[in-house]
Amino acid sequence: MLSTFSVSRILFPNIQSLGILTPKLLNLGPYTLDFTSSGRHMAVGGRKGHLAIVDMKTMGLIKEFQVRETVRDVVFLHNDLFFAAAQKSMANILMTGRYPYIYNRDGTELHCLKEHGAVLRLQFLKNHFLLASINNFGQLHYQDVTMGEMVGSYRTGIGRTDAMQVNPYNGVVALGQSLGTVSMWKPTSSAPLLRLLCHKGPVSAIAFHPNGHLMATAGKERKIKLWDLRKLGDEPLQTLPGNAKTLDFSQKGLLACQLGNGSSVQILRDLDGNQTYKTYMNHGMVKGFQIEKLLFRPYEDVLGIGHSMGWSSILIPGAGEPNFDTLVANPFETSKQRRESEVHSLLDKLPAETIMLDPAKIGTLKPERKKEKPTKQEKVAGIEAAVEVVKAIKLKKKTKGRSKPSKRTIKKKELIAKAKSPFLAQEMKEEEQVARKKQKTIEYVETPTSLLRFVRKKATA
Amino acid sequence: MKVKVISRSADEFTKERSQDLQRVFRNFDPSIRTQEKAVEYVRAQNAAKLDKIFARPFVGAMEGHIDSISCMAKNPNHLIGIFSGSMDGEIRLWDLASRRTVGRFPGHKGAVQGLTVSTDGRVLVSCGTDSTVRLWSVPVSNLLKEDASSDKSAQPRETYVWKNAFRSVDHQWNSDRFATGGAGVDIWNHNRSAPEQSYQWGTDTVVSVRFNPGEPHILATSASDRSIALYDLRMGKPTSKFIMRTRTNSICWNPMEPINFTAANEDSNCYSFDCRKFGEATCVHMDHVSAVMDIDYSPTGREFVTGSYDRTIMIFPYNAGHKREIYHTKRMQRVFCVKYSCDGSYVISGSDDTNLRLWKSKASEQLGVLLPREQKKHEYHEAVKNRYKHLPEIKRIVRHRHLPKPIYKAGKQIREQNESQRKKQEKRKAHSAPGSIVEEPLRKRKIIKVE
Repeated sequence: MLSTFSVSRILFPNIQSLGILTPKLLNLGPYTLDFTSSGRHMAVGGRKGHLAIVDMKTMGLIKEFQVRETVRDVVFLHNDLFFAAAQKSMANILMTGRYPYIYNRDGTELHCLKEHGAVLRLQFLKNHFLLASINNFGQLHYQDVTMGEMVGSYRTGIGRTDAMQVNPYNGVVALGQSLGTVSMWKPTSSAPLLRLLCHKGPVSAIAFHPNGHLMATAGKERKIKLWDLRKLGDEPLQTLPGNAKTLDFSQKGLLACQLGNGSSVQILRDLDGNQTYKTYMNHGMVKGFQIEKLLFRPYEDVLGIGHSMGWSSILIPGAGEPNFDTLVANPFETSKQRRESEVHSLLDKLPAETIMLDPAKIGTLKPERKKEKPTKQEKVAGIEAAVEVVKAIKLKKKTKGRSKPSKRTIKKKELIAKAKSPFLAQEMKEEEQVARKKQKTIEYVETPTSLLRFVRKKATA
Repeated sequence: MKVKVISRSADEFTKERSQDLQRVFRNFDPSIRTQEKAVEYVRAQNAAKLDKIFARPFVGAMEGHIDSISCMAKNPNHLIGIFSGSMDGEIRLWDLASRRTVGRFPGHKGAVQGLTVSTDGRVLVSCGTDSTVRLWSVPVSNLLKEDASSDKSAQPRETYVWKNAFRSVDHQWNSDRFATGGAGVDIWNHNRSAPEQSYQWGTDTVVSVRFNPGEPHILATSASDRSIALYDLRMGKPTSKFIMRTRTNSICWNPMEPINFTAANEDSNCYSFDCRKFGEATCVHMDHVSAVMDIDYSPTGREFVTGSYDRTIMIFPYNAGHKREIYHTKRMQRVFCVKYSCDGSYVISGSDDTNLRLWKSKASEQLGVLLPREQKKHEYHEAVKNRYKHLPEIKRIVRHRHLPKPIYKAGKQIREQNESQRKKQEKRKAHSAPGSIVEEPLRKRKIIKVE
């Protein structure tokens, strides 16, 4: 029923070839993993620097290599050819380089993204080709991986956070804060789109349902809460007990989380579709394995578990989408199809401005904004500016006694009054309108019956 | 224990032999594809840009005439041929595919002012300033053969001399009668050397005559007293007439809706009329900056092409006030005649610089045989572009045309003038008693009198 592959079965690279004699490290740290969008390939990163790409169909190892630095997160870019790893250099104290690196499928280091800083989590927005990262100072960076342009970098003010997730429905990045709020960000604004107070303690994990309506958050106070994103209120849809460091939704809406103290997995399911989740399956692993990451494999009924001793995959019936669409993600892609789909997805690359909370707004017309009236300060400033202009005018010097000082001052006063007159006329007009409105409202006030005899009737012409 | 999980066998999803086609599987569930609207919008933008990249409307020029081209005629039975007549009396038959002269009809002593072909394609009628009407038999075999060695000149079948110079000629549909416009409107028969009937309404020259394609006895004419008149041949007298502010240079009936016709006017506008109701135009098409010389409808009846004195050709939709497309070249001078090809894909223009030019009617159309996949792709691009073409970014790309500087400046000036007239009218209205100033719509303003 289970198919477990542990890392020890995969041969380690020849560490002697790196010129260093080190003992075989069975304990290469808790593993984090990522799948490509078709579910065919998996990238694995161990905390102690072990990076590998595995072909999940044939269970064959494509490439594995040691980077000799702490690896915190691994994420695939648009296909299996490229992946990014968030590394921290531990070798040299002077050279504290903590940057994400982009690697090729062959293990060649392609780019070192220095602007991102000491990255804790990486996420890739597939439609926009944006690599989003959060570093330990709480800075959020968005980089376009097609041309390498940094689209946005913001100081979120959150502090150090480990919980970062992309909502696949609309492309916003959700960050969980140590104060219990979840904030949602887009690359074109320095202020968050939304802030939700979710938990009483720090938020440890966030997960989004693929249809974009449900969000699951896990807090350190051992609660998992489910929120409806269309109708955000104070109360979550459901609160479940659980101490989860990682959460994930499958394509069919199953929720995977940890149970107890870290070595067993719980899968929850809503049977009737009314968004109440109940336990579906539990899976206990060897005691002592600390689960680092849970991730469902797309288009398969498989849950990948990255833990402290390696990675495992278990079968969960009903988790994956059985019918894939060739034009979206093809698990049986040939290299020719992969090349074509890369070009098509580049042509359809969305600009970063299209990320918004409600993606259906694109293509609709903006409602017309009423013209705003100028404030009092602006009006006064306008009058002053006009008067200044008039004062700066130099009057022509007339001869034959026509340029007496008294006449000149009178002329100047006239010019200033003329300059002010349009503003004053506008003010009077507005006052008149306001007065008319007031009159209308006053007319409808009814007098009490006892006072009717004192009401003076208007003379009708 | 049996567990039901997804299991796919590679046989179904991969191809066996290299010459097999790859199978494509579809799942239209919206939750596996995200942000569809944004992707569609990006695709619409790309489609609009691609349209502009592939917009190469000019196909070729046909040289050979030695004087400016005054009139053209298209043969309803042969798509490939077109006749052109020039100001020095030379008439040529061109083959549009190879863009070469296939036949010559020498004989006219002065400018050829009108050309028309009979409905069966056998007889070409031409008239000119030398007061003659000549009938030629069209050599059908020449249109099929393309050898340059054969003798291309033809002798006229008949030559009828009359009293006044002629300005235009048109052939009746499915008959052997044709009408000429000169001092008045004359109805001729192929076999008679004098006109059967003559109409006169007013004393000014008739500038253009056109028979109605749907009702063969109805004839529309325009004269230099700024009038447009309708004649009915069965009744033996002219039916109705109205006078506009400026002269109409050319008229064309809508082949799909024969009750409507469009008149190309001297004041750089085209006016579409319903022939039953002459009091007001149904649509005013404004974009030219100088007199519109000629007009022709597409066989679909959905758009028409106009050639103007301002050296440009414009294609208008039949019910829209502004152009869909504009074509211009540095080498093309005043355009005197335009024709829409009978299959609706090409536009031919004859101009002052003695050349006929062949243009595509859809500038970014891919010519030739298209694979079904290519066809589908083009249709998809069209559809997605039309869905979002009202949004500002895409509208900007779709609408943009490079105009030659004189046209651009003249257009701007006209707009400014109209704007200032409008503002003045508004101020007049604002400062007079409400209801005392009544503004007539533009469609009525240009018509002075209806008789």
